[in-house]
Amino acid sequence: MTESDFATRLNDRFPEGVTADEREGYQGYIIAADKLIEFATALRDEFEFDYLSSVTGVDYPDEGKLEAVYHAYKTIGGAELVFKVQTDRENPEIPSLIDIYPGADFQEREAWDLLGIKFTGHPDLRRILLWEGFEGHPLRKDWQEAYYEADKKPFKSRWPKAEYTRAEAKNPYGANVKYPDKFDPEKWVPEGEDALYGSLAKYETTDKDGLKTDHLTVNLGPQHPSTHGVFRIAATLDGEKIMNLNPVMGYLHRNHEKIGERNTYLQNMPFTDRLDYLSSLSNNFGYAIAVEKLIGIEVPERAEYIRVIMAELTRVQNHLFAIGMFLNDIGAFFTPSLYAIEERELVLDVFEMVTGSRMMCNYLRFGGLARDLPDGSLQKIRDLVFDRLPRKTDEMDRFLSENEILRSRTVGQGYLSTEDAIKYSAAGPVLRASGVPYDIRRADPYSIYDRFKFDVAVRYNGDIYDRYYIRLDEIRESIKILQQAVEQIPEGEIQTGKPRYQMKVPKGESYGRVEGPKGELGFYLVSDGTGNPYRYHVRAPSFINLTAFGPMCKGLKVADVVAVLGSIDIVLGETDR
Amino acid sequence: MEKEGINSPGYEIPEEIEGVVSITSIDRIYNWGRRSSVWPLMFGLACCAIEMIATAAGRYDFSRFGMEVMRPSPRQADLMLVSGTVTKKMAPTIVRLYNQMPEPKYVVAMGACASGGGPFKEGYNVVSGVDKLIPVDVYIPGCPPTPQALINGLIKLQEKIDGQSIKTVRWYQKGDTAAIPVPMLGPDLIYQSSIPAIKEAAQEEA
Repeated sequence: MTESDFATRLNDRFPEGVTADEREGYQGYIIAADKLIEFATALRDEFEFDYLSSVTGVDYPDEGKLEAVYHAYKTIGGAELVFKVQTDRENPEIPSLIDIYPGADFQEREAWDLLGIKFTGHPDLRRILLWEGFEGHPLRKDWQEAYYEADKKPFKSRWPKAEYTRAEAKNPYGANVKYPDKFDPEKWVPEGEDALYGSLAKYETTDKDGLKTDHLTVNLGPQHPSTHGVFRIAATLDGEKIMNLNPVMGYLHRNHEKIGERNTYLQNMPFTDRLDYLSSLSNNFGYAIAVEKLIGIEVPERAEYIRVIMAELTRVQNHLFAIGMFLNDIGAFFTPSLYAIEERELVLDVFEMVTGSRMMCNYLRFGGLARDLPDGSLQKIRDLVFDRLPRKTDEMDRFLSENEILRSRTVGQGYLSTEDAIKYSAAGPVLRASGVPYDIRRADPYSIYDRFKFDVAVRYNGDIYDRYYIRLDEIRESIKILQQAVEQIPEGEIQTGKPRYQMKVPKGESYGRVEGPKGELGFYLVSDGTGNPYRYHVRAPSFINLTAFGPMCKGLKVADVVAVLGSIDIVLGETDR
Repeated sequence: MEKEGINSPGYEIPEEIEGVVSITSIDRIYNWGRRSSVWPLMFGLACCAIEMIATAAGRYDFSRFGMEVMRPSPRQADLMLVSGTVTKKMAPTIVRLYNQMPEPKYVVAMGACASGGGPFKEGYNVVSGVDKLIPVDVYIPGCPPTPQALINGLIKLQEKIDGQSIKTVRWYQKGDTAAIPVPMLGPDLIYQSSIPAIKEAAQEEA
């Protein structure tokens, strides 16, 4: 079906309420709010867009509008469908899509938290990244933070003389805080956690002798050794069985999006490193693709190869780390992870050699790369991908995968069915371990991935074991790609045109997505034609994969929650952004 | 027992018992014991935690400094390695963890974020450095600090411990050491110490 066919079909199906978005540089359709439910249902059931990838919002104060933006895909592959719903800024209400696409759950909560869009019909519309009681919705354009200096960088005060005052010196409290007018801290009643615990259904059971049992509510975290950072889980238990579970996040909410909208386009590149800090080069890749779509710049051949090599090395080291930490979680305390980290260090050596940094690589530029491969680095990569890494992956497989304790703790546990995985918008290894062969490198190829021979790793049991094992599969596939790439890499330029620090980006929107190690990493950008992004949103796979976390855990024991969490492989920098 | 590390100079030890007997001061043996078994709290905040794990792992191996025993409970820890961005939502928890650690306790601010907010300083949910909440002993620059930098910071901490005296350390002074008041989450983070100032500002507006 071509694009115009689709448009005609859509027009026939919805003669009213669905109009093409005709603003300069925009794509997709604008849906009337009252038609949204009907439209989304038809989209899922009739048009086969069964996967809602991203939900976010954009604030347009000049037009008095808030806009929710949705990106939907088909799990059989193909390009995206963008649709938007506009609502009044003063009283923003949009019907929630949670019944049609349950994967919208956390994303709608995030849009409520940061932009203040009320999703009517959402059963648990609480703040998700900030806390209940926080003043305002920070991603609105007129909301200013305590250290506010100007709307856009570079700040006038620091240009050209590089003079600055410490932000604390300008704040009356000497800290990064501000309070609403006439705020009395002594009369303040903290909102507390009632809303959170209220969202966990209360259970009380009566047994046959009439004995009443209350169910216990427990918290894991935010400081807990197996939560992979500052992540919290609130759960109600019946004995040791999980009845209901809610993740609580935002303990590492570092305001990427607000800072990103003040930054220039290039200034955001190092910030993307710090999203999923285990795989900074993949993040660079996604962001570079999104911006390149906007400015329409081609990337030279050699640069594409280096990008692919770096992204695949990133995947290898991320999965090694994930496997090591996962085994840590299920009790193989530190030995497997020490072996995994040993290999990871070798990959980090390559990163350090090529980019100058072990973790925060900041290596990609729009239309190319920051620098070429230094002498000797290609040989180093060759040694790794032809010899060491395949050998060590097999070794880990041999030592770990048939281990009886590992198998008895993971096989058949934490089950996520194929339908649920799609429904909850799970991405990456979590989706593929549930039997959906959906890999963006194949389904919607970007960069030069269509040139390489590799298989999409897929497993069909949807349990913890498959989510563990698929990472070994993916390492092997990545090594295949790497072997082809280092053989084929041509000589040549690594940057189209002159490298520029500052540039004007044409008006419009773009959504760049890559298959990151954790899943679909997307960057949604809106440009208003200046040097700073008007809207900068990250579709974070770690965050959205957690939507399926609660349902996966129901009925398991407390100790298994940790295993399920380890098998999703979250990184808090990306979850909370 | 290493001779150089522990023996105070100035006392001649007869040759026949050298290597068996050491003459030292209380301070030196006390500090020697403490600096060689600093147990960090197993507590990772952000990116820096990954470098902390790398430092604990095989290649860099900070167990060489007696620091490998990472404790998940603050009650058993001597050292809080603040490895990452301190957010406002996390601030009350960090202060509570610090208060729960028994004396003697040390804090190392690892990386730019924990030292002063780092690249995220302007963010609305970011505390500009963990020293706004709890006292810090050693700051380690870097974003994130390499394992070498972290080890350097930990050696600095050991030097600091070496320089302390049992007579002046705060945990042997009279009276209880007061716990640090836990900040509240209001419309923004509310430090207990700034409550009078906030009230004053509200009255001026009224």
